[in-house]
Amino acid sequence: MSAIANLALQGTLLGGYYALLASGLSFLFGVMRIINLAHGSLAVVAGYALWFLAERLGIGPFVGILVVMPLMGLLGWILHRIIFERSMRAGDLVPILSTFGLATVADNVMFQKFGADTRSLAPYIDTFAYDSWQLPGDLYIGQLSVLVFGLAVVVLGGLHLLLARTSLGRQIRAAAEDPEAALLTGIDTRRIYGIATAIAVMTVALAGMALGMRATFDPYGGSQQLVFAFEAVVIGGAGSLWGTLVGGVVLGIAQSIGAQLNPQGFLIAGHAVFLVVLVARLYASDRLAGILRALRARTG
Amino acid sequence: MTMLRVEGLHAMHGLLPAVRGVSFDIAAGDTLALVGANGAGKTTLLRTLAGAHPATGGRIVFDGTDITGWPAHRRVREGLALVPEGRRLFPGMTVEDNLRLGATAGRAGTWTIDRVREAFPQLVRIWKAKAGHLSGGEQQATAIGRALMANPRVLLLDEISLGLSPKAVDGVYVSLQSLRDARTTTILVEQDLNRSLSFSDRVACMLEGRIVAEGRSAAMSRDEVMAHYFGVERAAAARDRA
Amino acid sequence: MNPMQTSVHRWTRLSMTSVGIVLAAQAVLVAAPWLLDANAVDRLTTLFIYGILALMWNCLAGYGGLVSVGQQAFFGLGAYAAVRLAHAGLSVYPALLVAALLVAAVAVPIGLFMLRLRAGEFAIGMWVVAELAHLLVNLDQLVQGETGTSLIELNAYPADSRRALTYWAALAAMVGLAWLVFALLRGRLGSAVQAIRDNEDAAASVGVQVTAAKRTIFILSAFGCAAAGALWVATTISFQPKTYFSVQWTAYMIFMVLVGGIGTFEGPIIGAVLFFLVETFFGASGVWYMIGLGATALAFALLLPRGIWGTVERRFGIRLLPVGYFLTSRK
Repeated sequence: MSAIANLALQGTLLGGYYALLASGLSFLFGVMRIINLAHGSLAVVAGYALWFLAERLGIGPFVGILVVMPLMGLLGWILHRIIFERSMRAGDLVPILSTFGLATVADNVMFQKFGADTRSLAPYIDTFAYDSWQLPGDLYIGQLSVLVFGLAVVVLGGLHLLLARTSLGRQIRAAAEDPEAALLTGIDTRRIYGIATAIAVMTVALAGMALGMRATFDPYGGSQQLVFAFEAVVIGGAGSLWGTLVGGVVLGIAQSIGAQLNPQGFLIAGHAVFLVVLVARLYASDRLAGILRALRARTG
Repeated sequence: MTMLRVEGLHAMHGLLPAVRGVSFDIAAGDTLALVGANGAGKTTLLRTLAGAHPATGGRIVFDGTDITGWPAHRRVREGLALVPEGRRLFPGMTVEDNLRLGATAGRAGTWTIDRVREAFPQLVRIWKAKAGHLSGGEQQATAIGRALMANPRVLLLDEISLGLSPKAVDGVYVSLQSLRDARTTTILVEQDLNRSLSFSDRVACMLEGRIVAEGRSAAMSRDEVMAHYFGVERAAAARDRA
Repeated sequence: MNPMQTSVHRWTRLSMTSVGIVLAAQAVLVAAPWLLDANAVDRLTTLFIYGILALMWNCLAGYGGLVSVGQQAFFGLGAYAAVRLAHAGLSVYPALLVAALLVAAVAVPIGLFMLRLRAGEFAIGMWVVAELAHLLVNLDQLVQGETGTSLIELNAYPADSRRALTYWAALAAMVGLAWLVFALLRGRLGSAVQAIRDNEDAAASVGVQVTAAKRTIFILSAFGCAAAGALWVATTISFQPKTYFSVQWTAYMIFMVLVGGIGTFEGPIIGAVLFFLVETFFGASGVWYMIGLGATALAFALLLPRGIWGTVERRFGIRLLPVGYFLTSRK
């Protein structure tokens, strides 16, 4: 019994990381309909930036993030100006191709600068990476994992509040729904998209910090993180912020269960769940459409 | 005082020239009605004035400033607002949010959210409703209210009676009366010819992208306008202008 | 008013000349193993495989409008199937073809639900399929995880024959696939593809079988990538899953097609040749090579999305190979 509870607990906390990682991807997609294939690579970039500050300048990650986050925000703004904006105008295929090119460049530049070794931020946060609380029933939960989960909730909640309650959020929603009508209403969509990208990349910075603290990263690790983020978004339902949290948790639990079965099971279970949810959703939407059609025929 | 001057404006609609060398002035406080058959270029002209459509030639001078190359949101900030054909509200957002967005440009003026609520009392009941669920008349009121929130100096109204019941159209025009009373400079594109003539100070007839006749609404007869609608008077008008 | 007489024709003098040249070139290429040294034959084989990949990725993205970041799934599966079949006793060279056919069969159910996804979801979804394929292949005892295995059955052939046979197999595959795509484009599928590209809903409303067209293209692309993978394992002999299922292959395919000209017939061929040349001269530069590839793909995507051939074709209106129609009017 306690083994199952432990599994569920660890899976949920892992899901917190995935939700944090995926929040930027989900947000960007919701606002600009762009899937940023460089998303994972950007998280790794943040990881390296924090590592550099810690290793070379002795600045701990929790302080370093205060510098890295705004810098990454600026990077996001620049990326929008030179890549995303152009890509959006050029059609459906271009954003995928250009962000893929960007990811390739980013990964290899990091390899060039930092070499192939895996790095971690764990050495710079004392024992925080391993500290845990003991719960009744012989369960242990890592303090870092809880922090990351909390961060995920804060970020997702913050994004939700931003969109629902603030003037900026209103403008973002309008620009997402109908860019031309937004322009005609006086909204500077270019500026809004730039801000949205900056926000998304700032959340990616947090995810990079979390990644570096709870695990390791290497220059080519971006692809793996992208796939996880994407899976979390799709499982939870693209377009829903809180869905991303659900998706992350489902992915985390699936992976935790898979890990028990087989060394490769961790990844296999995650991918399998993703595909199953995808198929189920397609099948369910077909059924739903069929039911609706039958209802409409009945009521005439 | 000339509020808006258009000089030799050209604009394309896809591959076809929709606006061909249109020139006119509007004095501050006047309401100009644009009439013409479908495809005459009226909507393209309004969209080009608002900045939603690029001009391929000519100039637009707004209160002395050349705004021809300006992006749409900058024109709104300057005081030129369009109520687009088909309303173009944000369907997932509430009426209140749609209205508040209208104030994004940050222009000072008499139109506040409370004043809009007074001018369009039918909106009070649906304040928190999603714009996509509203009736035609309610949507139109919201769209006009949204444009007014920008405190425009020139308001462009594109086919506001489209898709509305006669009663709803009446209601909209009653609300618009306060605009006329306040002497807001307006350009109006309206299918209903009688309403166009009665609601405006001046009228311009468009045919195939050009203005073929212009005059004071009170002085133009319905028959005269109808003739221009169909191009019968085109040759005579050309002779007159030359 | 007199109705104008228009005639429809497909060939121009330019295209007839081009096709003639291509046929002659193919005849010469067949003789290569007797004319060139061993290294040149190996390099040409590699070029042909790149050509297949470019052709196939262009099929999917340029004609089907489907960007996939996961075609390496079929590349790896084709190699894996070839190794498996050879180990099971099938003669090596036929095994390459059978492997590709098997993978194409597997692609049918995959396509059935992947094709229902929207653009971005499809792109990464295929990547997940590739990752999953990689993981499942690793589970095979024969492969032993990342250690991999080899196509040792090739040792039955002396080096020279092996080189020549692989060369001819690659040449036959590339030429065969190219002519197949050519024939399809000239036929109904070509018109369907063009219509779908212009306006999918309008195409569907006039009866174009949109889903069927996309499925055909998906399966063809899978078949081609699998053939390329099988051929690759025939040239390198060793099969390490990590190499074959790497997303690097997609990076190469994207580079070739973007630079060459997406959606054109000649584009991927030009892209493959360019990529081959770049790799020959800069491949040893390691990381800078990959950075250069990525940056070039990025630049083309943003600045010259039609690629080299696409821009030339637009600008000068020439088409070397007759896949389209010309209308001339006669009064």
